Amino acid sequence: MLETEFMRLAFATGAVVGLLAPAVGFFLVQRNMSLIGDGIGHTAFAGVAVGYLLGVAPVVTALLAAVAGAVGVEWLRSRRRAAGDQALALLFYTGLAAGVVLASSAGAFNVDLFSFLFGSILTVTRGDLVLVTVLGVGGLVTIGLLYRALAGVVVDEEGARVAGVPVAALNVLVAGLAGLTIGLSMQIVGILLIAALMVLPVIAAGRVAWSMRSSVLLAMGIGVASVFAGLTVAYYADLPPGGAIVLAAAAAFGVTSLLEAARAHR
Amino acid sequence: MPLDARHPAIELEDVSFSYRPRQPVLTGVDLAVEEGEFVAVAGPNGGGKTTLVRLALGLARPQSGTARLYGEPARSFSRRDALGYVPQRAQLGTQGPVTVREVVSAGRLARGSLLGPLRRGDRAIVDEAIADVGLTALADAPLGNLSGGQQQRAFIAKAFAGEPSLLVLDEPTAGVDAESQDALARLLDRLRRDRRVTTLYVSHEFGAVEDIVERLVLVRGGIVFDGPPRTLPAEWHDPSHAHARD
Ligand SMILES: Nc1ncnc2c1ncn2[C@@H]1O[C@H](COP(=O)(O)OP(=O)(O)O)[C@@H](O)[C@H]1O
Ligand SMILES: [Mg+2]
Repeated sequence: MLETEFMRLAFATGAVVGLLAPAVGFFLVQRNMSLIGDGIGHTAFAGVAVGYLLGVAPVVTALLAAVAGAVGVEWLRSRRRAAGDQALALLFYTGLAAGVVLASSAGAFNVDLFSFLFGSILTVTRGDLVLVTVLGVGGLVTIGLLYRALAGVVVDEEGARVAGVPVAALNVLVAGLAGLTIGLSMQIVGILLIAALMVLPVIAAGRVAWSMRSSVLLAMGIGVASVFAGLTVAYYADLPPGGAIVLAAAAAFGVTSLLEAARAHR
Repeated sequence: MPLDARHPAIELEDVSFSYRPRQPVLTGVDLAVEEGEFVAVAGPNGGGKTTLVRLALGLARPQSGTARLYGEPARSFSRRDALGYVPQRAQLGTQGPVTVREVVSAGRLARGSLLGPLRRGDRAIVDEAIADVGLTALADAPLGNLSGGQQQRAFIAKAFAGEPSLLVLDEPTAGVDAESQDALARLLDRLRRDRRVTTLYVSHEFGAVEDIVERLVLVRGGIVFDGPPRTLPAEWHDPSHAHARD
């Protein structure tokens, strides 16, 4: 399987995406914003359509739309604290509607679009790999450097605020990273399923982890393993990789739940 | 840079606040807490204690009057690293696993750099804070495995780890047995003596701190008593009276 160029590219991008998505998703899950990825995915969809319309690489426009959407929703959330849910709904449906309208006027309801929705192992180019590696590793390094601060906000947001930790800026950063992750993961996992790769490994890891740090690292491990397993299945069974990857992550959740239950019984 | 010692640590001047129009929670509050003081804030549930400390710390904006910290407007206070706050019912922002050490380390964020792992000196201070609240043996245990009182102590250690000049604790011992309440009161007293930490201790029962504090503030829609606990009028001592809503 790895003798083919496109599979090597898919695995390499998949490795970055598999590490990045749960690392960012961890901080969304902890703030009860598991579903934000879905909303951002829909703005990314509008971005893809804009790309087709303008004749620009859809990856780039999707990336911009996802980051803008994520930062926008965080801004709305911080303005009207209780309205996070409504802010998401607004983003979610506007993005989806704009995407549908723009994509059909660009005449892009074709196979390409399907691959953006559910992922494809055939579409990753060398240029994409470079983009994903540079920005993805940049995202991982950012999380690594700011891990202590991000974790501190998770532990006690109010206490962090009082002590002068720049909570608002860190929240915007997480939102921006979520947008980045979705833009980068789109080709491998697809817009409709990327949110699942941000959330499922985190929930799975939470079942067996013993600390916050071990949760994050375990989630990243499960993320990469799910991507590799999903890509392999997609290759041999000729399936869209997004579905196979997310099913693998869901299976990981099943396994860790069993482990947790077994440990409780001892 | 040391804090400006010419001003009170906390200063509220004619502060009024309401969450909803025409339903004032606090009216005409005047309060000055000088550096080094240990002040207990007591009063009935719903009396406005939490609201008062949130105003004092600049987490909420008064509808009228002014709130200052060390002479600066509380909302834009420039030395937040000097503040430690244990919110009421300090609860984790996470359902996922997190250890005592991870919680306490978060208290070290205000000091030093936000970037990279904790430096060695910071780790020593975190260990010391954990030891201060008697959780050393449980330092690497997930918080979820601890009792309610032990979890509260982890959050208190988190505030200690920031080496605050002003420490505000909002009902830190709610649901904790009397013995641990006394132990905490003695610990806070020692801290204040050793490190001159200005302490505001909110509790709707003040039995545990009564012998330690030199000043008690009773809050019930405003400040209804402010003075040494022994001068508290007898009728306020009667819990049924203090808790009654007229
Ligand atoms: N966020 C809020 N929105 C509306 N009302 C509130 C809010 N927080 C507190 N209150 C009300 O303000 C009053 C004072 O509450 P609080 O300051 O929490 O009192 P205490 O800490 O003394 O129990 C109570 O009547 C409470 O119901
Ligand atoms: Mg309260």
